[in-house]
Amino acid sequence: MEIFVKKRIKAIKKGDQNAYADIVDLYKDKIYRLCYRMLGNRHEAEDTAQEAFIRAYVNIHTYNPNMKFSSWLYRIATNLAIDKIRKKKPDAYLDEEISGTDGLTMYSQLSSNEASPEEALESLELQETVQKAIEKLPEKYRSVIVLKYIEDLSLQEISEILDLPIGTVKTRIHRGREALRKHLGHL
Amino acid sequence: MKCPHNIVNLMHDYLDGDIKPHDAKILKEHLQQCSACADHFNGLKKTVAFIQHASHLIPPSDFTARVMAKLPKEKKTVRMRRWLQNHPFITAASLFVILTIGSLFTTWNEQEQFSVSTRENVIIRGHTVIVPKGEVVKGDIVVRNGSIKIEGKVEGNVTVIHGEKYLASAGQVTGELEEINQVFEWIWYNIKERMKDVVETFE
Repeated sequence: MEIFVKKRIKAIKKGDQNAYADIVDLYKDKIYRLCYRMLGNRHEAEDTAQEAFIRAYVNIHTYNPNMKFSSWLYRIATNLAIDKIRKKKPDAYLDEEISGTDGLTMYSQLSSNEASPEEALESLELQETVQKAIEKLPEKYRSVIVLKYIEDLSLQEISEILDLPIGTVKTRIHRGREALRKHLGHL
Repeated sequence: MKCPHNIVNLMHDYLDGDIKPHDAKILKEHLQQCSACADHFNGLKKTVAFIQHASHLIPPSDFTARVMAKLPKEKKTVRMRRWLQNHPFITAASLFVILTIGSLFTTWNEQEQFSVSTRENVIIRGHTVIVPKGEVVKGDIVVRNGSIKIEGKVEGNVTVIHGEKYLASAGQVTGELEEINQVFEWIWYNIKERMKDVVETFE
């Protein structure tokens, strides 16, 4: 597959657009999935994924072949998704205290009308709960968690994609897992 | 019971799959004794399982087409090259036609020298070939870059390329008498000649 991708990239660098369609077909599921999990909305996910592919095409000459092409694409998509998250009106994180209450968080408010654990295990509900929990993560934890558990990438690859030392990636994954545990661990 | 200060880190190392055997032993032993830490650890494992089993959405079927439609226009040369690659037969055929026409043009322009295909029973004066009165030329005559005056009889075809033909009232040509002065006629003539050759080979 690596050879297939390398050949396509050579052709794209020469300006052959049709070769790029193969690349889009190859990676669209992964990139769309990443965007969806980062943003939690199909429409935004599609827009962001498309933009990521267009950026990759336009900047193909800056692609360094020593890096895996998928890592490069993930990097572009992750950065775009993080930009989108930042531009959105900042959401109140569930862990933040609601002003005027004492130690009462949004999460405990939600819990009151949340489904019981048995119901929550029913697939669709669980899916929503999981997605909401991911969306409540601050973006720096969200990106590592999505790359690690949704895209199933190694710490090494994540460190390459985000251009962060492995130690930082690990710390973020640990903190992300802890934050998620608070929302999902009791289900 | 007192929990080791780094026990949560050990849990994460375990989940990352890079826990040292010695630490794994400490973690295992502690979890067996401490229900609070065991709950914490189970919560983490469950969380990971939930996230890993999140169902995967797939992008709309027209995703690729829409990305392709939004890309900046590609260079014409590339489009041309691809078109040629995709239509090898047309490419080969047109290349053949171009080369053939090209070579005919060259032969047309090259052959500026006067020449005549036969010297039997004819008089050559300058660039003019004369078939004198009473003489009979057997076979075809081809004159290039010259004229022909026919006062006698030619038993065959007469072709004049880049020149003129004069047929005297007494002159006689049993075959065809042709004068070629244009490139396209020259091409047509060549094609006819080749076709004749081909037909003859098959006969």
